[in-house]
Amino acid sequence: MGLVQEMGARALQLGIPLSVQLDLTYRCNERCIHCYLDHEDHGEMSTDEIKDLLDQLAAAGVFFLNLSGGEIFMRQDFFEILEHARKLQFSVKLKTNAVMIRAAKAKRIAELAVESVQISLYSHKPEVHDEITKLPGSFKRTMEGARLLKSHGVKVSFANVLMKHNVNDYPEVQALAAELGVGYNVDATITPMMDGDRSILALNVDSTMLENVFHDPSLTGGSSDSFCAPPSGPLSIEDAYATLPCSAGHTACYVSPYGDVYPCVQFPFLVGNIRQQKFIDIWRESPQLQEVRSISVGDLQGCSSCVHGGSCSRCPGLAYMEGNMKGPSVQDCEKSYARTGVPSHNLLRKQAEAMTHPLALNIIEDASVRPGIPFVLVA
Amino acid sequence: MNNRTYIARATDVAARMIGDELMIMSGKNSSLFSLNETAAILWQAADGITPLDDIVEQKLCAEFEIDAATALKDAEAMVIELAEFGILQVSESPLSDSKPPAGA
Repeated sequence: MGLVQEMGARALQLGIPLSVQLDLTYRCNERCIHCYLDHEDHGEMSTDEIKDLLDQLAAAGVFFLNLSGGEIFMRQDFFEILEHARKLQFSVKLKTNAVMIRAAKAKRIAELAVESVQISLYSHKPEVHDEITKLPGSFKRTMEGARLLKSHGVKVSFANVLMKHNVNDYPEVQALAAELGVGYNVDATITPMMDGDRSILALNVDSTMLENVFHDPSLTGGSSDSFCAPPSGPLSIEDAYATLPCSAGHTACYVSPYGDVYPCVQFPFLVGNIRQQKFIDIWRESPQLQEVRSISVGDLQGCSSCVHGGSCSRCPGLAYMEGNMKGPSVQDCEKSYARTGVPSHNLLRKQAEAMTHPLALNIIEDASVRPGIPFVLVA
Repeated sequence: MNNRTYIARATDVAARMIGDELMIMSGKNSSLFSLNETAAILWQAADGITPLDDIVEQKLCAEFEIDAATALKDAEAMVIELAEFGILQVSESPLSDSKPPAGA
C-alpha cells in the first residue's frame, strides 16, 4: 500500500475528512450544455465566511482542498481565498475553464504552489468546443490560459467530458494535451441537474461509442484487457459488508457556495449547512451523514449480489438521484455493460420485469437509456 | 556544522497532522512524506529564526530526556535529509519564514 493509500486508510480509521471539494460560486462565464448547475447567485458565502470555513476545515484535518464552481475566477476575492488556503497548508487543486487566466493570474497561481489545475476542454475544434460552452472564442482563451499556466511551471491537465457533440474528438484532444505536455482525463458521465432534472442525460454518448472508449488502450493505460475483462463475480458476503461504496461521507465531502454540505458534489443529499453549524459538528454528528456511512456494499439492493462485484464504478450519488442511495445506478450499470459485455444484476432484473408485461406501458423511471443497451425496455 | 544552523519550513508544501503523523506533500514533485514525532517537532518549530540547537534543547531534550549533543547530532542529520526532500530550508544565517507565500 502506498503512502497516499495509507493516509486514506488512517483518515478513515480516525474519521478525518481528508478531502473536500469547495465550490466557491455557481456563477460562470460559460453556459455548457451539459452542466448540472443553476448559475444564478442565491447568496453565496462572503469572503470572511469562506476564510472561516477554511480555518474550520484545516482544524478538522482536511488535507486535499479542491476549489471549483461554476467558474472560480468569477469571484473577485479568489486570490484572497487561495492565499488563505495556502497559508493553512492545504494541498490545493483548482478546476477552471481558464478563460480568464492571463499572465498575472498564471504567475500568482504558480507562486502560491497550487498542486494542479484541471481545465475543461471539450474538443480540439474551436467550433465544437465553443458550441458546447456557448461562449464564442472560449477555446482560444482556454488554450491560452493552459499555455500560460504551463509556462509558469504549473501542473495542468485537461478534463474532457464526452457527450454526443464531441465524442469523436477525444483522440485529438488527447494529442493536444500531449503536445502541450499536460495531463488528460476523459469522463463519459453526464450528471443530472442538482435539482433532479435528468433531461441533460440525453447528451450521453451511445453504448457503441462508450464501448469503444472503454476499449481504447490509450485511455486505459494499455490495460484494456484487464479493464474490460469479464467480471470476477460478486463479492463474498463477508467482503461485501466490509467494503464501502466510496469515500463520499467517509473521508471526503462537498461544500456548496451557500454553505450546504453534501457527501459529494455528485451526491445531493444535504447533510448540513455551515452557516448554521460548525463544520466539525456536521461531520461528526449529522444524522444524514451517519446514514450514508452506515451503508456498505453488502447493504446495496441488487448490487451486493451483482456479478460485477467490486469492479463496478457504482456512484452512490447517481444512485441517490435515481431514487435510492442503496439502489443501483443505471448509468454505472450501462458502463459496466459497455466495458465488459456482461449485464448487471440490475439490467437483468429490468429485462425480466419488462418481459413479464411485454404489452404494458412500462415507464422506467430511472432510465438514462443509451441507444444500444438491449436490456432496458419500454414497451 | 560549526556555525549555528537555522531551519525554516518550505512554503510550497502542503502539510497536515493526520492523527499523530505529520503528512507533508512536496510542492516540487507532489511527493508525500510521513514525518515521525521527532521530525514533526523539528519541522513545526522551524520558524527560520530560532537556531536548531535551541530548538533541540527546548523541544527535544525536554520532551525525550536525551542529552543535547546526541540530540543535536541526530537533528542535524534529519534536517539535511528533509532539506534534500525539499520540505525544509537549512542555512547558517536566519531565514525569514514569517512571510506568507509569494504573491500575497
